[in-house]
Amino acid sequence: MLDDLRDLYQEVILDHGRNPRNLRRPAEANRHARGHNPMCGDSLVVHLTLDPGGIIRDVAFEGKGCAISVASASLMTEVLKGKTRDQATALFRRFHELCTSDEEDDGSSDEAGAVDPDDLDRLRVLSGVRAFPMRVKCATLAWHTMAAAMNGEEEVSTE
Amino acid sequence: MNDAITSARTRPAAGDNSARAFDVERIRADFPILRQRVHGQPLVYLDSAASAQKPRPVIEAMDRVYESAYANVHRGVHYMSQVATDAFEAGREKVARFLNAASSDEIVFTRNATEAFNLMASSFTRAFLKPGDEVLISALEHHANIVPWQLAREQFGIVLKVAPIDDDGNFLLDEFEARLGARTRLVSLTHVSNALGTIVPVAEVVRRAHARDIPVLVDGCQATPHMAVDVRALDVDFYVFTGHKVYGPTGVGVLYGRRELLAEMPPYQGGGEMIASVSYEKTTFKAPPHRFEAGTPPIAEVVGLGAAIDYVSDIGLEHIAAHEAGLRAYAEERLSAVPGLHIVGRARDKAGIISFVMDNAHPHDIGTIIDRAGVAVRTGHHCAEPLMHRLGLTATARASLGLYNTRGDIDALARALHAVAEIFG
Repeated sequence: MLDDLRDLYQEVILDHGRNPRNLRRPAEANRHARGHNPMCGDSLVVHLTLDPGGIIRDVAFEGKGCAISVASASLMTEVLKGKTRDQATALFRRFHELCTSDEEDDGSSDEAGAVDPDDLDRLRVLSGVRAFPMRVKCATLAWHTMAAAMNGEEEVSTE
Repeated sequence: MNDAITSARTRPAAGDNSARAFDVERIRADFPILRQRVHGQPLVYLDSAASAQKPRPVIEAMDRVYESAYANVHRGVHYMSQVATDAFEAGREKVARFLNAASSDEIVFTRNATEAFNLMASSFTRAFLKPGDEVLISALEHHANIVPWQLAREQFGIVLKVAPIDDDGNFLLDEFEARLGARTRLVSLTHVSNALGTIVPVAEVVRRAHARDIPVLVDGCQATPHMAVDVRALDVDFYVFTGHKVYGPTGVGVLYGRRELLAEMPPYQGGGEMIASVSYEKTTFKAPPHRFEAGTPPIAEVVGLGAAIDYVSDIGLEHIAAHEAGLRAYAEERLSAVPGLHIVGRARDKAGIISFVMDNAHPHDIGTIIDRAGVAVRTGHHCAEPLMHRLGLTATARASLGLYNTRGDIDALARALHAVAEIFG
């Protein structure tokens, strides 16, 4: 297999694509949004459980899609639990950059401690999409949907 | 490998001499883009149903317009305007002969097939439908033959009905006929499904609709590149196709309409070119087809479309159909051997389209992986989301054939799909 394909379809991604974590609808979730990728017709729903202090107590998703979008959603649910809204927003920004830009931001514009480097390292398995610009939306769909849910929007599209 | 001989063996075309004259390597030499390499691999172009590549005669015909025969048409008294007008109207004559229309006055040029459907949903609806009247489409339609009718539904209060298919993608004639009612004013359906390749028995559809005096509009976008179409033999009332899928340029579509029906229809857009006289109080309109061609038309594109029609007609649509039928049978056999692959759309009568899914690989992942092997296929819903929904899918991968494809292309596709199966297990 070619190198850039091997970078894209790493074992971690294939694993999360096959066996997504947190693929469920928590009864206590209080924010929901549906994200839609018009290019392929795939859609997924993100369920957030936000506590009154603005901390993400639980995050889960439902839906089907390509290996990249499902793996990304699955990994997202693993890193967001326990984060504040601001931390989630900062992590999304850094994740988006690692999917699109060869020169990653050093995080100097983030609030101190907003982004845990270990979380970013976990998400780095998706950085292979850089070589596949048509697939960046697959990797970011779950995150856009999560942001919409936090902001109280019910629908989001990657177009 | 000699595809001319293999395809002729698979299904002998009428006249053995001409069948042997179908030389795919000579045809490929006419398409400059097929010499390109993609990701270091030879381009294997299996996406002609989305848009076909262009042969040199089409490219050169358009260059010649701009280099030696260009001005606006139907306007000036000067020499260049006359030359351009003659070339443009010669394109209309070629389209009329291509479809075997009774007259070139029945050929309306649009921007694309989508615009032709929007024209129909507006002008035909205003001429012939009252609130509550029905348009009957099929479950195989492209969004271009769904959404314009939904807009007309909102604007004019018409009703949209859908004739079903079976799980293999076969069009169901009796189910269709059962939906023809007292309020049905138009049947609008595809000739060949862009997503599944199903060939709809249009002549029989027309016979049953006409028995109730209901006119029929046919989407020929996926038929015209693959088979000879005779609108009078089919007895259709309207027929739509697009230039870029029949090896011509983008920017030009065609609406064929029976003369007496077009004559009853009001303009779609207003502006120059389509008027007889204009005053602030009252404007009168030209007769069809010009009534429906507001503004400067796609001049070089119509000439390019004429060149494309000459190109496929010289080769012979029957030979193209035979070549593609042989390739499709070969492709279905090779693809069926890929572990976990399922062909979607098993209609009895199909054109050169093979839609498929794989057990553990999403179509997008398939498309990305085989692209790295130089293989171009379409992945997604193919602008037919209701059809995908009917089949319980959100997307498929689709390999679509053109006259330039070879068994070698199919072999490359099959090899790449075996690699996908290995990755996703």
